[in-house]
Amino acid sequence: MSEKLVVGIDLGTTHCALAVAPFSSPNARVEVLAIEQLIAPGSAERRPLLPSFLYFAHESEAALALPWDGERRFAVGELARARGAEAPERVISSAKSWLSYGGIDRRAGNLPLNAPSDIERISPVEASFRLLDHLNEAFRAARPEDGDLAAHEVVLTVPASFDAGARDLTVEAALAAGFEQVTLLEEPQAALYAWIEQSGEAWRTHLGEGDRVLVIDIGGGTTDFSLIDAVAVDGSLGLQRVAVGDHILLGGDNMDLALAHVVGQELATQGKELDRFQVSALAHACRSGKEKLLSDATLEQVAVVLPSRGAQLIGGTIRGQLRQQQVQAYLLDGFFPRVAANEQPKARARAGLTQVGLPYASDPAITRHLAAFLARHAFGNGEAARPPTAVLFNGGVLKADVLRRRVLDTLNGWLEERGAAPARVLPGEDLDLAVARGAAYYGLVRHGSGLRIRGGTARAYYVGIESPMPALPGLEPPVSALCVAPFGMEEGTQTELPPQELFVVVGEPVTFRFFGSSTRRGDRAGSLLERWSPSELEELPLIELTLPSAGRVPGDVVAVQLQASITAIGTLKLEAVAQAPLVPNERWQIELSVRHGAASGA
Amino acid sequence: MSPPSLSLPSRLWLSWVCAFRVLFDGQFAARVAALRGAAPKPEALPAPRAPKDDVPVVATTVASPSASTGALQLLSLLQREGRFIDFVQQDVAGFDDADIGAAARLVHEGCRRALRTHARVVSVRSEAEGSSVVLESASPDVKLVGNVAGAAPYRGVLRHRGWRVEELTLPTLLGSHDPKLVAAAELELS
Repeated sequence: MSEKLVVGIDLGTTHCALAVAPFSSPNARVEVLAIEQLIAPGSAERRPLLPSFLYFAHESEAALALPWDGERRFAVGELARARGAEAPERVISSAKSWLSYGGIDRRAGNLPLNAPSDIERISPVEASFRLLDHLNEAFRAARPEDGDLAAHEVVLTVPASFDAGARDLTVEAALAAGFEQVTLLEEPQAALYAWIEQSGEAWRTHLGEGDRVLVIDIGGGTTDFSLIDAVAVDGSLGLQRVAVGDHILLGGDNMDLALAHVVGQELATQGKELDRFQVSALAHACRSGKEKLLSDATLEQVAVVLPSRGAQLIGGTIRGQLRQQQVQAYLLDGFFPRVAANEQPKARARAGLTQVGLPYASDPAITRHLAAFLARHAFGNGEAARPPTAVLFNGGVLKADVLRRRVLDTLNGWLEERGAAPARVLPGEDLDLAVARGAAYYGLVRHGSGLRIRGGTARAYYVGIESPMPALPGLEPPVSALCVAPFGMEEGTQTELPPQELFVVVGEPVTFRFFGSSTRRGDRAGSLLERWSPSELEELPLIELTLPSAGRVPGDVVAVQLQASITAIGTLKLEAVAQAPLVPNERWQIELSVRHGAASGA
Repeated sequence: MSPPSLSLPSRLWLSWVCAFRVLFDGQFAARVAALRGAAPKPEALPAPRAPKDDVPVVATTVASPSASTGALQLLSLLQREGRFIDFVQQDVAGFDDADIGAAARLVHEGCRRALRTHARVVSVRSEAEGSSVVLESASPDVKLVGNVAGAAPYRGVLRHRGWRVEELTLPTLLGSHDPKLVAAAELELS
């Protein structure tokens, strides 16, 4: 067969990208592959980015034919994104955010949320699968000589903040798409790999032992932080990821919507009411207006023009203004305020009854989220706490020079207060495509002698155990947290069996509460926490174990110990090992992220 | 013995059929490539993936691009991105410059985006307009104006730098879609 490739896939919240590199050639370059997609009915085009949108055709529409399938009833990509404004109930967006949201059953058909009855809803896992499947089809169309993606090695990126369950579900979608040789990689790490690939050997002149790189990745829908240290390993320089941030659903789309809201309100005071088509066009117009104003501070304002809905364009357009001062006030000071290093994101009290929806960040100030991240991992008193010395920016939002400068100035202000040197900026390029490129490069590095970022799992994991005590009305039994997987477990390793035993009823599904922590680095497998602060442990969706009744009596209680391992793919595997095995090495796998309703309680 | 030659109608039909099989059948394409003397590597091709479930995979008819469909596609792009047809079709007489200007901004931004993403347009001459230029010999790239007489070299002032489309990439036209429908009517259901 043709040459084996490594394929990097950025499965983004708002966009996907694909990069490939051949395995064999020693100085292989990574190449971004344009993705064929429908841009309008009957019209397909190759574009570097595939919008992560899925549209389901109505019976009134002709098939959404692609070059490789003339009968298709759904579309992925630009056409789907455009239909998002025209027929939103038929469109799935942000499938990836749903994948990491434990508030719904992520394997059950529930998207699009408000789908009309003619649409068979699909699960977040299937929506992700369809995006991946489209990438596969486009790959085959673009490079027929290379066959299917399944024949190659695939590196799929996930947010560093994805928990073990969301990572599992991502792999499930990849397996459904037929990718058997798949590996997961954290997005901020991918961005750093892209930087290394692009700088060649010169990267060693930019980074030296003792450097700590802060990766700030602000995409269309999510914001992700990581800290990566340059350390000495066997006499040469190595990289180690030491901390990752929380999952923050906040990105460029929020900024465009905020500006659209401001301009829309001004128009409303002039008596110009906008319908939802125009609001969506307004967000679009504000995005390009924002880009102009951010790139030229001397510009006082730009006209924001909304086309008429009908063919009478002249006289039917609505004109508004986006002013420099509004962009400064709402964008810079709203999303990137200069805050003190000790500020915390403001939590908004949730209304008693909330609709099913994604847990968007309640504080839009990205700098405040950054301050909280650094307070926890870089500015504290722990031995691992050390301020960053360099910054790598990634994500489309940070293409704007003004925003990068604001983030850097704010960060350097915090560093100065601590008497630390200002952070250097690592010159990244192609902020939209770096993650896919870096993923492909990582695929090469994994098999070659190139430099790898170490770090292992980004969290420690805990199982909730109820302490035995007499039932008291109105009082929940106290729960302690048993550490089953410590922080920083590397691929292919497993824990020792912890001393604790858990008891499981044969033939009945047993659920356990499940927790993750990105801050408790000292806990070992078997550590038992009696109490913890709410910021230390985050409750994750429940996990479940069913002991098959084969060879045992249903209803019997069996003592097990929990053992964790990290698979070659990079996912967490939890197994229950029988204390009194019926057959040698008797063990059962525990399913992560089983159903919704887990996040309640605590 | 070489096979007998085919008649023109048969050859036309065969070329039509083969075009699609080459596009959608990797194995067949490899055999054709071998016939053409290119390096044959039939066994190198992986087996095509089985169609998923029971959904029949129907190959799309990719319309053969002709000059006029290309022009229609370009019109469709300019309309979709920049409302070009709306703008040109409307009578501007009754509107003041502010209204026309507002619409023009929109048309300019969208059409510019459409043009830039689908065509690479470069100047024919790199000199600044208004500068003196010597043309060593006559060229179809440069139109002589003014006192057009005499022989090369031609000395004059560059009045327009000229444009050349270096590259034009149009979308693939698919299926039963009528390229003449450059913008569908819109009916909003409530």
